[in-house]
Amino acid sequence: MDIVSNQQKQRMHPHKFTLWVAIGSLVMMFAGLTSAFIVKSNQVNWKPVTLPRVFWISTVVILLSSLTIQLALRSFKDREMSKYRVLIGITVILGAAFIVLQWMGFQNLWAQQVTFKGAGAGQFLYVIFGLHALHVIAGIVVLIVMFIKAFFGKTKLYSSVPVEVAATYWHFVDLLWIYLLVFFLVIGGN
Amino acid sequence: MSEAMNVHSGVAAAHAVHHDDHGHHEQSFISKYVFSMDHKTIGKQFLITGMVWAIIGGLFSVLFRLQLGYPDQSFPILETFFGHWAKGGQIQPEFYYGLVTMHGTVLVFFVLTAGLSGTFANLLIPLQIGARDMASPFLNMLSYWFFFIAGIVMLASIFVHTGPASGGWTMYPPLSALRQAGEGQKIGTDLWLISMALFIVSSLLGGLNYISTILNMRTKGMSMTRLPLPIWAMFFTAVLGVLSFPVLLSGAILLLFDRNLGTSFYLSDIVINGEILPNEGGSAILYQHLFWFLGHPEVYIILLPAMGMVSEILSVNSRKPIFGYMAMLGSLFAIAILAFLVWAHHMFVTGLNPFLGSVFVLLTLLIAVPSAIKVFNWLTTLWRGNIRFTPATLFAIGFVSLFISGGLTGIFLGNSTIDIHLHDTMFVVAHFHIVMGVASFFGMFAGVYHWFPKMFGRYLNNTLGYMHFWVTMIGAYLIFWPMHYQGLAGIPRRYLDKKGWVSFNQFGELDKMITVVSIIVFAVQLMFVFNFFYSIFKGRKVTTPNPWGANTLEWTTKINPGHGNWEGEIPEVHRWPYDYGKDGRDFIPQTEPVGANESKH
Repeated sequence: MDIVSNQQKQRMHPHKFTLWVAIGSLVMMFAGLTSAFIVKSNQVNWKPVTLPRVFWISTVVILLSSLTIQLALRSFKDREMSKYRVLIGITVILGAAFIVLQWMGFQNLWAQQVTFKGAGAGQFLYVIFGLHALHVIAGIVVLIVMFIKAFFGKTKLYSSVPVEVAATYWHFVDLLWIYLLVFFLVIGGN
Repeated sequence: MSEAMNVHSGVAAAHAVHHDDHGHHEQSFISKYVFSMDHKTIGKQFLITGMVWAIIGGLFSVLFRLQLGYPDQSFPILETFFGHWAKGGQIQPEFYYGLVTMHGTVLVFFVLTAGLSGTFANLLIPLQIGARDMASPFLNMLSYWFFFIAGIVMLASIFVHTGPASGGWTMYPPLSALRQAGEGQKIGTDLWLISMALFIVSSLLGGLNYISTILNMRTKGMSMTRLPLPIWAMFFTAVLGVLSFPVLLSGAILLLFDRNLGTSFYLSDIVINGEILPNEGGSAILYQHLFWFLGHPEVYIILLPAMGMVSEILSVNSRKPIFGYMAMLGSLFAIAILAFLVWAHHMFVTGLNPFLGSVFVLLTLLIAVPSAIKVFNWLTTLWRGNIRFTPATLFAIGFVSLFISGGLTGIFLGNSTIDIHLHDTMFVVAHFHIVMGVASFFGMFAGVYHWFPKMFGRYLNNTLGYMHFWVTMIGAYLIFWPMHYQGLAGIPRRYLDKKGWVSFNQFGELDKMITVVSIIVFAVQLMFVFNFFYSIFKGRKVTTPNPWGANTLEWTTKINPGHGNWEGEIPEVHRWPYDYGKDGRDFIPQTEPVGANESKH
């Protein structure tokens, strides 16, 4: 049975709209965490944190993956399916690389005695970057499902809505990362 | 799953084939009643699960009322059921705190959030806006099942050896963050936090769906200002939930870290049982900010759906247009905005800067303005109407009464100076139970009585309905009104025994009375539950598609609509939903085109 009807005049597909509302909700969560950070950074015994260099590499990687998923979306719309599969595959690999790099960053920090003990920016960094990484992992899972479907899907998909939704989400976690990085550079470093 | 996939592939094509395969579209029991993606079934699932939780949460309150009313009495039956939690037939302190905490959590989140807006948003949004289902039925189904799992985890926490969370439903650290603080702070609190995280995911999935369904899937002609008021209320409810629940989630995650990984987000300089804890630099107030940034909008998440349904039911049953439709919208909007700007009025006595406090006082008292507008409009809707006193109408009128009397005490509590005396007393308990708890319950009952014919194709028993209303109405005032006096006299909330204070001894008999009435009211709710389930199977059958003579779209469907709601085309809408008693006609459905000589509303 059909659920979403195109009969109605609508500006945006309901699924895309739902994603935008979900993004608003995620923004609130990270706004809550970063404002908690600001409140706490005024307390005594606050220790700032310096970001290891590996986070810069991960930034480059996730920016690249944003580019590849955009290209994937374009090739899907042009019905160039082989190019689409390759680009989705590359995006998945870049996403996985991002997660690995984040993990290396955590290990690097932990080795510098930035642990859960005491107080300071480090604890927030683990929670906030960790939550962000979880959202990237969720995105990777979605991309893997789409990748498999592009190869083995029995029904041909012509609607670009799922790809657009995935791409928008992916750009969002990318932008979110940039925000978090800048936040920790500007406010976390002092 | 295949239905969700359909959504992606050729939406329009799927729509075209739909009419043909309707007749021979057999669903298994599992896909029809268990993992259903039909919004009506999901609504019923939310309602029945919510009712189960309401019985559990209500029973908890009866148990701790026994302790409060008869602190010295021994009830051997309690020991039979609860073992060491009620040694010697008396409720033990740890048990008491567990009961109070669980009562609050269950009623606020599981019953009045999921059970109320989960039920009626699911049931009413597609039916009243003219859609076949939610924007994403699959997410909608997930929303229910996340709620269900959250419930299982919460239920499990009641049965663990060390007992459920017992730090109060607000779960303030440091009490809730330290295992050494008590039995309930052990595994029970972890389960509470996990359950709440699952619950938040559930309400976010639900809320996303409600918003995008209302904004994107209205039928032809259904402009935003032609929406029935319940839909507007559900819309603002969903917006509040989507923006505030994530903040509670972040607070809960930090608390989980503090409890399990040794971080110090909320903890600082603590000595417990002679042991000095290494935590430093944390701030317990930070949790309160994060909690109440959700916690206050939560009050309106609970109340707004009830307001919306009451508006609809009062208009239908007084056979008059709702008074001030646009004012109703404006006041809903104002309440939704103010809901985010008043959270610190829960924190007046935490050492909050008094100047900042006065800003929050002002914003808090501003809520009286939209609230008064709504009350005025409800009363003027009733004014000189041909009121049909159905059980739904009575509960709707009861809602207005409770909202007025509970709202007035809010003006007391919203003043930071008076709050110095009243905070954490029974006055607060009386205030929020009347205005948020019982009032929303009345809205929910009104909704159940009014839309039961749509849900199950039968009526609830009216006689039992009237008994239910009058006992609950009188009982609610008998229970909560005296608590104002107790609070003004300084009796603190959450205390299990006040024998130590000579000045409070005069309230002994009053407490007994409250306890007896609570038991009676609880029994009457069980009668309602009986009525509910009996009527599903044996109730009087509905014989006409539009039993209340209402204008809205849900009554243009068959008596028992299938998945997809309308058999043919979705009807087109030509007018607002409140044309009652106009031009000599009793009611004019939304689907009827505006006539040439029709007067304007």
